[in-house]
Amino acid sequence: MDAILLQILNGLDKGSAYALIALGLTLIFGTLGVVNFAHGALFMIGAFCAVTLQRILTLSQTTIDETRTDFLGNPMQVDTPYVVLWFGESTGAAIVDWAVPLAILFAIPVMLIVGVVMERGLIQHFYKRPHADQILVTFGLAIVLQEIIKAFYGANPIPTPAPQAFRGSFDFGVLVGFDPNTIIYPYWRLVYFAFAAIIIAAVFAFLRYTTFGMVVRAGMADRETVGLLGINIDRRFTAMFGIAAAVAGLAGVMYAPINAPNYHMGMDFLVLSFVVVVVGGMGSLAGAVLAGFLLGILESFASMTAVIDLIPGINQIIIYLVAIIVLLARPRGLMGRRGVMEE
Amino acid sequence: MTKATFTRRGLLRTGAATGAGLAMPTIFTGASWAQGQGFTNAPTGDTVTLGFNVPQTGPYADEGADELRAFELAVEHLNGEGDGGMLQTFSEKNLDGTGIMGKRVAFVTGDTQTKSDAARASARSMIEKDGAIMISGGSSSGVAVAVQGLCQEAGVIFMSGLTHSNDTTGKDKKANGFRHFFNAYQSGAAMGPVLESLYGTDRRAYHLTADYTWGWTTQESMQAVTEDLGWETVNNVLTPLAATDFSSYIAPVLNSGADVLFLNHYGGNMVNSLTNAVQFGLKEAQANGKQFEIVVPLYSELMARGAGRNIAGIPGSQNWDWKLENELGSRYVGTNAFTQSFGTKYGFPPSQAAHTCYVQTLLYADAVQRAGSFNPCAVAEALEDFEFDGMGNGPTLYRGADHQCFKDVVVTRGKENPENEFDLVEIIEATPTEQVTYEPDHPMFAGGALGECNPGA
Repeated sequence: MDAILLQILNGLDKGSAYALIALGLTLIFGTLGVVNFAHGALFMIGAFCAVTLQRILTLSQTTIDETRTDFLGNPMQVDTPYVVLWFGESTGAAIVDWAVPLAILFAIPVMLIVGVVMERGLIQHFYKRPHADQILVTFGLAIVLQEIIKAFYGANPIPTPAPQAFRGSFDFGVLVGFDPNTIIYPYWRLVYFAFAAIIIAAVFAFLRYTTFGMVVRAGMADRETVGLLGINIDRRFTAMFGIAAAVAGLAGVMYAPINAPNYHMGMDFLVLSFVVVVVGGMGSLAGAVLAGFLLGILESFASMTAVIDLIPGINQIIIYLVAIIVLLARPRGLMGRRGVMEE
Repeated sequence: MTKATFTRRGLLRTGAATGAGLAMPTIFTGASWAQGQGFTNAPTGDTVTLGFNVPQTGPYADEGADELRAFELAVEHLNGEGDGGMLQTFSEKNLDGTGIMGKRVAFVTGDTQTKSDAARASARSMIEKDGAIMISGGSSSGVAVAVQGLCQEAGVIFMSGLTHSNDTTGKDKKANGFRHFFNAYQSGAAMGPVLESLYGTDRRAYHLTADYTWGWTTQESMQAVTEDLGWETVNNVLTPLAATDFSSYIAPVLNSGADVLFLNHYGGNMVNSLTNAVQFGLKEAQANGKQFEIVVPLYSELMARGAGRNIAGIPGSQNWDWKLENELGSRYVGTNAFTQSFGTKYGFPPSQAAHTCYVQTLLYADAVQRAGSFNPCAVAEALEDFEFDGMGNGPTLYRGADHQCFKDVVVTRGKENPENEFDLVEIIEATPTEQVTYEPDHPMFAGGALGECNPGA
C-alpha cells in the first residue's frame, strides 16, 4: 500500500509537467490548428530563464586576493555578486537563493514575447499548410532553439537549486499513518504539484470567466462565425499562443530544481506530451490535464521493481501501450470531440 | 531484335566476381588504400594526419570539447609550439618537437554524437577521405567498442579516449586498439578498501545501473568487490539510458533495507539520479541504524560541476586529477606540466578526459618514433608491454596481452566546501597499481581475443 501511494506521489510531479506542456499544446492546436513540435523547446527555454536569472543575480565584481592562489599559482580572483555588495550579505544571499521563484516574474514576459515572435514570425505562414509541414517546421525550429541554448550554455546540465527553505524532503508516510521512512517526499516536488494545479486552474478560469477567454472558446468552436461578428480572432489566437508559451515556460522554470536544465530536456518531454494530448483527446484541455496526470502516475508504477520483474521493459513502453489501448477503445481519446482532426 | 547469349559458366563467373566485390568492405576499396606502402594511409608527403573523433554534439559535447582542446594542445607540442607540456616530463625522449618522424602533424576532427553508428561513420570518413592514420577520442564505451572494431577492419591504430567499460579491453578487445583510461574492474579494486574504511563491512547495497555495456560491467565490478567485503546486494535495477527523472527508481530505495546506494550512471544520467537521490533525502537518511551513503563509481569533473553541491562527500574513482602532483608528490610528475600548459591556453584546469586524450596522442607519436614506422603493426608492437613514466599517473605499463594501461587509480570524494568552481573533488588516495592489476584471463574480461594486428595490407 505504501509503495502504491509513493508511486502515485511520484507520478503527480511528472504528471504535472506533462499536463502543463500538454495543456499549452492543446491550447495552440485548439485555437490555431497547429501541431507545435517546438513546444518542448519552450519548456526548455523556461528552465533556462531560471538559469539566466540565476546568472544575472550572481554577476560579480572581481577582486584579486593576494593571499590565495588559483590552480596555476597566480593570485586568486575572488568574485562577489553585485547583489551582495548592494544589499548586504544576508539580503543579497537570500535574493540569489530565491532565484528560481523570482525567475517566474522574469519568465512570463520573456515567454510571452518568445511565443508571439514565434507565431508571428514563422508559424502563421504555415496555418494553411498540411499538418505534416507544420510538424516539420516546428520540429526544425525546436532543433534550432536547442542548438542556440547549447551554444550559450554548453551541453552539460546546469545545477539550479530550489531555495534553501524548500530543499530536502519530509516524511509523508508518518502524516498518513505509515511507519517512519516509508514514504519520503521532497518539498520542492510538492511545491511543483501545487504550482501546476494553480496554473491549470488559472488557465481554465481565464478561458471560462473572462470576455477574452469566452471569445477564444467561441473561436475554438467556430472561428468563422466569430470572425463574421467583427471580432479580430487572429489577434486573440496569437495572444493565446503567447499564453501557451508562457505556461510551458513556467513549467520549465519550476522544473529546473527537480532536474538540472540541459539543452535537450525539451525533447525528452515533447514526445510523451504529444502522447498525452492524443490520449486526452485532440483539442480537449481537460483531457490533456487528465491524461497528463494519468500517464505520469502509470509511468511511475511501471518503474516499480516488482512490476519490472513481472514484465521486463514495461517501464519503457507503458505510456505507448496505454495510448494504444485507449485509442483502440476510444479512437478520439479520453475526452476528444467529434470532428477534431477528422476529415 | 537481339538475342541474349547467357552461358552457365559466364553466369557463374560474373556472379562470383560480383559477390566478391559486394562482400569486400568498401573501406578496403577506397582511395585510403596505400599503393605499395603495405599499410593503410601510409603518409607520403611532409605531414601526417591524425583523426580525433569526439562528441561535438549531444549530451557529452562538453566532454568532447575538452578532449578536442587536449588534442590540439598535443599536436601543438608535437610540432614544437607552446611550452612542450608533458614532452618535458615524459620518460621517453624521442619526441623533440619536429612532428612525428620528421613529418608535421595535422589533424581532422569528427563528431561521434555519442552514437555508435555516427561515430563509425565519422571515423570511416576520416580514414577514407582525410587519410587519417590513427583515430583517437570518444566519451562512451559503446562508441569506443564500435570505433575500435572499425579501426581493426580498416588497418589503423585506435587510441581510445574516455571509455571505462571492462569490455573495451575485455571481450571486445582488438589488436589495433589501445586504452590508457582505467576500467570498471580497476574502479572496484581501488574503491573496495576505501569503502571498507569509510563504511565498514556490514552494509547492504542497492544498485541503480545504466542499461548498457558500461553500466553492466561497472555494476558487476562493484557488486563483486563489495560482496568480498561482506556486504549484501539488496537489488540491482537497470535504468533506461534515456531516463531523465529517476524519482520512481529512487523512491523505493530507502524502504528496501539497503543502506548504501550505488549510482552506476554517467554524465547527465548521474547528475539527474544523484540530484533526485539528494532530493529524496537519502544523504541525510538513516537506515539499519547507520547513516545512509551514496557511491558514484566513476567521477568526472564536468559531471561534478553539473551535480553542484549534491556531490559533496560522495566517493568515486578517477583516472587522473589535475591536483595529483601538488597533493601526492612527484610520483605523479607531468600533472603540473600539463595543467600549466592547458590552463594557460584555455583558462581552466583540464578534465581527466582531456588528460587521457593528450597522453594517448603523445604515446602514439612516441611509439611511431621508436618503431621507426607508421605501420600500425610496428606501432602496436612498440606499445605492447611498454613501460613509461612522467605522464601524470606515475609508472605505467601498456600490457601487451590486452592493450590495457596499468597505473595507480585515484579515489576521490566530492569536496564539502569548495573554494572555487574548479575545486570540486578532493583526493582520498591513489591506489597503487598492484592493487588494481588483474590477470588477462580474469572472468570479467573473458570471451574475446586480441586477434592479429591488421596493417590494412
